[in-house]
Amino acid sequence: MNPLLSIEHLTMRFGGLVAVDDVSFDAPPQEITAVIGPNGAGKTTVFNCLTGFYTPTSGCMRLRHPAHGEFLLERMEGHAIPARAGVARTFQNIRLFPAMSVLENLLVAQHNALMRASGYTIGALFGFGGYAAAERRAIERARYWLERVRLVERADADAGNLPYGAQRRLEIVRAMCTEPVLLCLDEPAAGLNPRESAELNELLTYIRDEHRVTLLLIEHDMSVVMEISDHVVVLDYGRKISEGTPEKVRNDPKVIAAYLGEEETEEREGRP
Amino acid sequence: MRAGAAARPPFDWPRALKDAGLVAGIVVLLTLALVGFRIQDTAGPPLVYRFDDVLAVTLIAFLGRLAIGALRAQRVVPVLAGALVFAAALTAILAFGIDDQWLPFKSPVLGGTIALAAWILSARAAWLVWHAASETSVEVREARMDRLGAQVQKLAWWVGPVILGLAVVLPFLPWTDRRLLDIATLVATYIMLGWGLNIVVGLAGLLDLGYVAFYAVGAYSYALLALHFDLGFWVCLPFAGIMAAFAGILLGFPVLRLRGDYLAIVTLGFGEIVRIILLNWYQFTKGPDGLSGIPRPTFFGLPMTREAPDGGATFHSFFGLEYAPIDRVIFLYYLALALALVTNLFTLRIRKLPVGRAWEALREDEIACRSLGVHPRNTKLTAFAIGAMFGGFGGSFFATRQGFVSPESFTFLESAIILAIVVLGGMGSQIGIVLAAILLIGLPEVFRELNQYRMLAFGLAMVAIMTWRPRGLLAHREPTVRLGHGPPP
Repeated sequence: MNPLLSIEHLTMRFGGLVAVDDVSFDAPPQEITAVIGPNGAGKTTVFNCLTGFYTPTSGCMRLRHPAHGEFLLERMEGHAIPARAGVARTFQNIRLFPAMSVLENLLVAQHNALMRASGYTIGALFGFGGYAAAERRAIERARYWLERVRLVERADADAGNLPYGAQRRLEIVRAMCTEPVLLCLDEPAAGLNPRESAELNELLTYIRDEHRVTLLLIEHDMSVVMEISDHVVVLDYGRKISEGTPEKVRNDPKVIAAYLGEEETEEREGRP
Repeated sequence: MRAGAAARPPFDWPRALKDAGLVAGIVVLLTLALVGFRIQDTAGPPLVYRFDDVLAVTLIAFLGRLAIGALRAQRVVPVLAGALVFAAALTAILAFGIDDQWLPFKSPVLGGTIALAAWILSARAAWLVWHAASETSVEVREARMDRLGAQVQKLAWWVGPVILGLAVVLPFLPWTDRRLLDIATLVATYIMLGWGLNIVVGLAGLLDLGYVAFYAVGAYSYALLALHFDLGFWVCLPFAGIMAAFAGILLGFPVLRLRGDYLAIVTLGFGEIVRIILLNWYQFTKGPDGLSGIPRPTFFGLPMTREAPDGGATFHSFFGLEYAPIDRVIFLYYLALALALVTNLFTLRIRKLPVGRAWEALREDEIACRSLGVHPRNTKLTAFAIGAMFGGFGGSFFATRQGFVSPESFTFLESAIILAIVVLGGMGSQIGIVLAAILLIGLPEVFRELNQYRMLAFGLAMVAIMTWRPRGLLAHREPTVRLGHGPPP
């Protein structure tokens, strides 16, 4: 089976600093691929290249969308990557729209579909077209996802007033509302307690199994990584040092050395 | 009676005196140059010294600060006595004109203001005598005002229609005269401009300090189209809007990547550029001379004049009325009201459409928007264009009302006032903007008698609102769509 996403020889330089150095890996479809590594290994930089926030220095990122065909992500504009190639992401430091309600957050995620339905505003402004129906469908989709993460009761509350764990869940379902084929999660379990982590595992496997979405996640929480990922990629100093099943990676001496062996590991701060 | 009176700590005289001294010092610094010296251009010495005024102001500030300090330390009775005596004395002097030389200020307005402040202080002291002093923290007060804002917002569904109804019948109320109507027209124009700018600043979060440029583009578009091509107001209105929208896009493109302070500076520059072009492009705009003879709007083709220029029917002859000059004033008022209402309806509608939500999302977090596939460039440009379009409508109304436009009308001060209306009203709040426009435009016009202290009062009101309501009068946001599940937040 063709991988959904192939990253080939990706390199990202910031001046003299090589944040990502010739990294290649594949994300098989409908599987969870975890990218792990010590701080500053270049994980978030890979994500930023993938989602159009950086243009990589060299390399190629090929996404095979089952319906829309093949995309070369490094050649696309930032907003087109989620809109056309179907790549959604969340952020390490949560980025919701804090002063807007939970439901509105989920409707903004369906912006492009709603814009088309509203006749690019002009139609809906004068009440033409099927905008009302489209909005109802969008709200139904939002309700579906809110039910999944137990936030229906808080749908009309400001997103910024939700507790931390709920904000994390909301950010994930907001990304899901864009109907992605690839969902990139940047440390989704950061700051969650063990119970919330377990819920997160359940949500992510549900997304993979029921919605047939491929997941790519950066994670430090090994309980999440080892439990749910099908495939693990280990980065260190911007290079890929290991790849394979969780068991294989866990026993790889190079990985153990990267995490435990060197004392200066904690001091490295290469992440931009 | 007052609770906890026994437990009060001894009054900290040195600290209170130090506080009051500091305030007095600041007042001296601020007023010495501005109030202490006055340049005279009539006969006599060119420089007049007014140190007695400075001394009076300083003394009042010193005593006032001491009184407030004493109130905070629950020393209520002496403050009450002092403030009452002071207020009564000042009021008596003002009311009976006993002897002007006892007044610290030559101006009765300023004397009256100070007397009023003394009365307020004594009222506060009297209140404290009967009620225990309640220290309300800033957070509590903010939360209370937010609840008030939310309640007002909830009331909006009938407050709005009531204000609207009042606005509609205003010309026919018994105490309405031409002056009040003129002021109301002005207020309606600024409400419209505020609502237009609110799209850019309140919804999309793009701080625009050059909004007056679009106002100018609208005014000149109408004036030039009308003068050169002999077109009427109703034909030109959409053109003026479209031209202003293009100007908005023109401004939008170079500032797409800028945010916050940088955006504000560039838009400020844009406003000035437009004004300076109008000033210097003499062949086209007649420069500082301005354009005069701009046609007045017609009522469905019926001119509001005594006699129609082409000898046809006029408004009064068509309806068989006596000619009255007030008719046109009323008509202009309704026109301003209608334009403002269109702006409001448009904003209310577009807030609930995807593009409106995208504007607000862009204000909240541009990076998150991009990661959800919202096109930041197009979204920002539509905000600029639509905000500018309403500025253009306002401008062409201005031109048709004045019959004359010149670059002088489009200075930075206009932009600042419109922005102040939006910010004071509470970013994004439609009814807040109405209140702020009435406060900032209506009141200064009503109180023209204050003449030279008018701007002082304006500044004082701004400072007061920004101290007590830093997020604007009614800064409460209602979601554009509700799921209607569970208890309301």
